[in-house]
Amino acid sequence: MAETVETQTAGLSAPHVLEYPYTRSVGPVIGRFLGGLRDRKIEGIRTKDGRVLVPPAEYDPVTSEALSEFVEVGQAGVVKTWAWVSEPRPKHPLDRPFAWALIQLDGADTALLHAIDAGDESKMSTGMRVQVRWREETVGMITDIECFEPEAAS
Amino acid sequence: MSEPVVGFGAPIRLEYNYTPGSASSRYLRSIAEGRIVGQRCPNCEKVYVPPRGSCPTCAVPTAEEVELAHTGTITTFCVVNLSFYKEIEPPYVCASILLDGADIALFHLIQEVPEGREVTMGMRVEAVWVDESELAPTLESIKYFRPTGEPDASYDSYKEHL
Amino acid sequence: MREVAVVSFAQAPNVRRDTEHNEVEILSPVVREAMERSGIPKADIGFTCSGSSDYLAGQPFSFVTALDAVGAWPPIRESHVEMDGAWALYEAWVRLQHGDIDSALVYAYGKSSPGDIREILSLQLDPYYLAPLWPDAVDVAALQARALLDATDFTERDFAAVAARNRSNAKSNPNSQLAGDFDADELLSSDYLVSPLRKHDCPPISDGAAVIVMAAGDLARDVCERPAWISGIDHRIEAHGLGVRDLTTSPSTTLAAEKAGMNGNIDIAELHAPFTHQELILREALGLSESVSINPSGGALAANPVMVTGLIRIGEAAQRLIDGDAKTALAHATSGPCLQQNLVCMMRAA
Ligand SMILES: [Zn+2]
Repeated sequence: MAETVETQTAGLSAPHVLEYPYTRSVGPVIGRFLGGLRDRKIEGIRTKDGRVLVPPAEYDPVTSEALSEFVEVGQAGVVKTWAWVSEPRPKHPLDRPFAWALIQLDGADTALLHAIDAGDESKMSTGMRVQVRWREETVGMITDIECFEPEAAS
Repeated sequence: MSEPVVGFGAPIRLEYNYTPGSASSRYLRSIAEGRIVGQRCPNCEKVYVPPRGSCPTCAVPTAEEVELAHTGTITTFCVVNLSFYKEIEPPYVCASILLDGADIALFHLIQEVPEGREVTMGMRVEAVWVDESELAPTLESIKYFRPTGEPDASYDSYKEHL
Repeated sequence: MREVAVVSFAQAPNVRRDTEHNEVEILSPVVREAMERSGIPKADIGFTCSGSSDYLAGQPFSFVTALDAVGAWPPIRESHVEMDGAWALYEAWVRLQHGDIDSALVYAYGKSSPGDIREILSLQLDPYYLAPLWPDAVDVAALQARALLDATDFTERDFAAVAARNRSNAKSNPNSQLAGDFDADELLSSDYLVSPLRKHDCPPISDGAAVIVMAAGDLARDVCERPAWISGIDHRIEAHGLGVRDLTTSPSTTLAAEKAGMNGNIDIAELHAPFTHQELILREALGLSESVSINPSGGALAANPVMVTGLIRIGEAAQRLIDGDAKTALAHATSGPCLQQNLVCMMRAA
C-alpha cells in the first residue's frame, strides 16, 4: 500500500520503471570514429564535394552517397551556437552548470554537439574557441570526450 | 588506424508515475477489499474484468459495476517450464479463468492441483486470497486459483470466451 | 486528386496531469463527440488511423489497447504511426485517395505527465553520438534559439512577445491549458530555464487527445454544411544531425508548403511551434504576411499534448472553416528535434 497514494476518489498511481538494456552495434563508420576516440583522436569523413563531416556519417546527408574517406581533424574548434544549463539534470554529462554547444572542430565543416565546462555563463560566447578534455579512461564512446573547455591562451 | 569499436552498452532507465485511470483504479480498490468488481457494457451487456472503462466492441463507456464470484472456469492454460519468478518453482500452470458472471477471462496461476489430477480446459477453480491484513490494490492479492473439485464445465458453457 | 475534407473535430481539455483517466478513458468521449458531429455511423468509417508514442506513459503497445475507444469490431481497417496524429491524418488522406472508401477516423492521444517528457524526447536523438549525453528537448531547442538570435535581428523580447500573443489568443480556447494576459517585458524579467530560453518560451506539459473525421466528395457535402476541404497536404524531412543543418531556417517547411499549393491568400495559420523562437522561424519559412491570424487557438504554447499537438492544429484550423469564420487556412505540424520534419495542410471552404 505504501506505493499507492491518493484518496478514495482520485485515481491510483504507482511508480513504474522501464529499463532497456540495449547494446548498440555501430557499423564500420561510427565504429571507426569511436575507436579513434578511445585512442584520443577525432576523425571525420570527407564527402565527394570536399566537406568534412564530424561526427562522421555513413552517407552524405545531402546526396546520400556512401562515404569512406576518413580525415583526422583538430581537437579544438569554434562554438557555432550554445545554451547554458544552470541546473544540470541527473542524466546530464556534467553535475555543475555547463553549456551545450555545437562545435565546429578545426578542419571540419559540420558541428558536433557536446558539453562545455566553462564555469560561468559569462565565459560563453558564439565564436569562442574551445578544446577537447578527454576522460581519464576512454572506452570507445562519445562520452570519452568528457567535455570541451575554453581554449587555453597560448 | 585505431581498432574499430563494434558496439557499446546503452542502457536506458525511465521512471514513471503510472496512472491506470478510473476503471482500473476502481477495480484495484475492490481487490484491496477482497472483492472482484467488473464493468458491464450498456449496449452488448458483456461484463469485463479487469475493466478498461470502454467496451472494446461497442466503444461505449462501461459505467455499471458488477460484483463477480470468486469462482470460475479454466478456458485455456499453459505449462510454464522456465523460471520467471524466484517465488515459483517451474513447472507451473498459468490459465485463463472465466469468472462466473464475466465475459472475458482473467490470467492467473493455478496451484494446489490434487495429486493424480491434471489441469484441463473446463476445470472449475476458486480464488485463494492473501491474508486480509495483506490485501492491497494489486492482483497479487489473489495468490492463485485452485480446483474446487466440482465437475468440469461443459465446453459449450465457455466456448464463446476462448 | 480526390476531394477530401475534414468534417468534424473534437479534443479533450488539455490538462497538466490527468490522474483520473487512462488513454482509453481520455479518448473515448472525444471519439464519440467527433463521430456524433460528423453524422457518419461508426460502421461506415472506411479507415482508422492513429498517432501516439508508447514511451510517453511507459505503456508498451498502448496504441493497441487504445483501440478500445473506437470499437474495432467487426474487424476494422486500421493503421498507426508512432508520430504526431497529423501524420496519421496524412496517411488517412492518402488512403482516401484510393477511391474505394469515403471516410476516415483519425485520432491521437498522449499523456506526458507520467514520465519526464524532456528526458523521454532525448530518445528521439541519434543513439550513438547524442543519446549517451542526454541533451533534452529544451536543451536542443535552446541551441536553435541562440543560433536564431545570433543570425537575425530577433531578440529575446520577440520570443516573449510570441508567448504573450499565443497565451492571449488562448483565452478564447476553452481547451487550452495556459491562457491569459502577459506583458512581454515582464516575462523577460524571469530566470532562464536553459539560456536563452525562459519558461514562457517553452510549451506546457499536457495530457490530451484529439479526433478528426474526414470524408470525401459527396459524403462530405452530405454530412457537413461547410466541409474544410484539403486543397493540398505535404510533409518533408531534413537530416537528423543537428550540426549539419542550418537551424535558423526551415527549408522543409517551405518546400512542404510549396508542394501543398500554398499561395498568398490565407486567413488563418495554425503553427505547431512548441518553442517561441520556432514560430518566428516558421513564419519566415512560410512567408506569412501581417494580415494572417496566427494561432487563434493559442497554439502549442498554450497546450502541448505531445503526439496530439500537430493534429490539433489541423483540427483548430478546420473548425474555423466549418464554423464559417474563415475561408482559407494553413495548418502546420512538426516532428523531431528543432523542426526536423514538417507537414503543411492547406484547407479552404467550398
Ligand atoms: Zn459492448
